[in-house]
Amino acid sequence: MPDQPDFETRRRLLGLIAAGGAISALPSAPAARAQTIQSSARIVIIGAGAAGTAIANRLSTRIDGAQITIVDPRQRHLYQPGFTLIAAGLRPAEYSVSATADWLPRGITWIEGAATGIDPEAKRVTTSTGDRLDYDYLIVASGLELHYEGIEGMSRDLIGQNGIGSVYAGPEEAEATWREMDRFTDEGGVGLFTRPATEMKCAGAPLKYTFLTDDYARRKGTRDRMEIIYCAHSGSLFGVPIVNEKVRMLYDRQGFDTRYNRVMTAIDPGRKIATFRTPDGGSEEIAFDFTNVIPPMRAAQVVRDGGLSWQTGANGEQGWIEVDQYTLRHTRHDTVFAVGDVAGVPKGKTAASAKWQVPVVEDQLIAQIAGGQTDHIYTGYTSCPLITRVGRAMLIEFDYNNDLVPSFPGIIAPLEELWVSWLIKEIGLKATYNAMLRGRA
Amino acid sequence: MENPTIGTFIAVFEEMFGRGLFWGLVVLAVVITLAYIFVLIRDRSVSWRKFLLAQLFMPIGAVAAVWFVFAITKSHLRDIGGPIDLILVLGIATLGAVGAAILVYTVQSVLKGPGPAE
Ligand SMILES: Cc1cc2nc3c(=O)[nH]c(=O)nc-3n(C[C@H](O)[C@H](O)[C@H](O)COP(=O)(O)OP(=O)(O)OC[C@H]3O[C@@H](n4cnc5c(N)ncnc54)[C@H](O)[C@@H]3O)c2cc1C
Repeated sequence: MPDQPDFETRRRLLGLIAAGGAISALPSAPAARAQTIQSSARIVIIGAGAAGTAIANRLSTRIDGAQITIVDPRQRHLYQPGFTLIAAGLRPAEYSVSATADWLPRGITWIEGAATGIDPEAKRVTTSTGDRLDYDYLIVASGLELHYEGIEGMSRDLIGQNGIGSVYAGPEEAEATWREMDRFTDEGGVGLFTRPATEMKCAGAPLKYTFLTDDYARRKGTRDRMEIIYCAHSGSLFGVPIVNEKVRMLYDRQGFDTRYNRVMTAIDPGRKIATFRTPDGGSEEIAFDFTNVIPPMRAAQVVRDGGLSWQTGANGEQGWIEVDQYTLRHTRHDTVFAVGDVAGVPKGKTAASAKWQVPVVEDQLIAQIAGGQTDHIYTGYTSCPLITRVGRAMLIEFDYNNDLVPSFPGIIAPLEELWVSWLIKEIGLKATYNAMLRGRA
Repeated sequence: MENPTIGTFIAVFEEMFGRGLFWGLVVLAVVITLAYIFVLIRDRSVSWRKFLLAQLFMPIGAVAAVWFVFAITKSHLRDIGGPIDLILVLGIATLGAVGAAILVYTVQSVLKGPGPAE
């Protein structure tokens, strides 16, 4: 769908309104359209996180008579982008926590258990509650699994002690990480930051937290008592070249010691030493006083076992679902879709991407039920407000092509550290996220 | 490509403030504006004395609005990073100034009734 000139004008105008009103939203997919269809299709959704909840809300207003079942054992809904603010001491852990039940639409069935088996041939999902769910259409939105044990010596219960933090693990762990970071920025020493070699959600988050730690140290006047080391898993800091160059410049400006092609493989909490794999096949030990461990990530067990994953390459090893990157429909089972982090597409593991993927899956599915087709596709939109200090961020948005796709072109510069971009993360993002969950954005 | 609609912005604002508070604020703004228009029509002229006092409140409104936004967003004047930030701050200050002036003018008029003929 190419931009129509009048759309473009309207978008800029709305951008101005948003900016002028001191809030801004992520770019929005069209709100759920009024036109509905009749169908008694049985639709099963695995996962009631960001993507699963949003698609459930949208489908329940679009399809009259469908039997929608959502499967998720988690009672707590977690607003994960908030973890960064919690780990920066700006919000309490409760900021990210709400009840799954509060977001789900009426008229659908929520099974409070985990999907334990997927059989795409028999079109059946089995659950830990003993249910057998036969489906006509399956939407997998199970997010991803944080594989802490993929780092030797690491486990979740180490978070919050011995200088070990991990922003990703959950709201309480993010708060524990803040306590360690606060202590470290009082005392000084070596701050060690890194990211895994696997695909990951919000690839900007490791970078943000490095900037935030640096910012606190400068505010406290302890920056000259510490060394900040960032180990990049590859030869670059960020997958989008133009963004990578900018981050490299900022890292140099802030005096970070950037080491490329270093992947954390082990951690010794007692000795406070992390081991990294180096490109020559060897290893390197780095001592730390504070570290933000980000574990390898992969699809949930049930997905990896279910025969839906890519069959070769890194996507296969990590278990991401084999879908067409534009329609998000499974390439081997045409009644299966993947949405959110679990989708095996080149970009898109952010909540902002889910916001763009959900309406695509909605339209693709509805067209399929109605026996038609739609040209509504997902082009890889991914966004990450890259915080560079408390009070400033860069609103980075890009697509499959590694093109920058700013929502407010000519108004909010993507590669500038701006206060308005901070406002978007600080106050606009959660509101937009919640509106997305309800299927309204 | 995808376009935000007015409906999206309303949804986002509702989530930001809570539905009740958001619509409460909208109603409040509408009521004050209507009251302002009402006293203008009732008095059939602008009272320059009231307007003078209202004007004195403009800088206070401007500073208060900017201070409020910085405080709730944990930021500071030094975080202004580019032209859009400056425009935004000026916009917030303008809204605060105009809002304060209208509020003060309306409150005076409603409380005291039409002023002495000028
Ligand atoms: C620290 C951090 C910072 C981030 N910052 C940003 C940001 O600034 N901007 C942004 O857009 N995104 C950000 N993200 C990413 C964003 O949170 C995720 O991309 C988004 O939540 C993905 O949605 P999802 O529905 O795919 O997965 P999730 O929201 O994780 O939901 C997955 C759901 O599936 C359920 N599930 C798992 N296995 C099963 C099973 N077997 N059976 C049933 N249910 C199952 C889980 O319980 C969970 O409820 C951040 C993430 C983190 C961790």
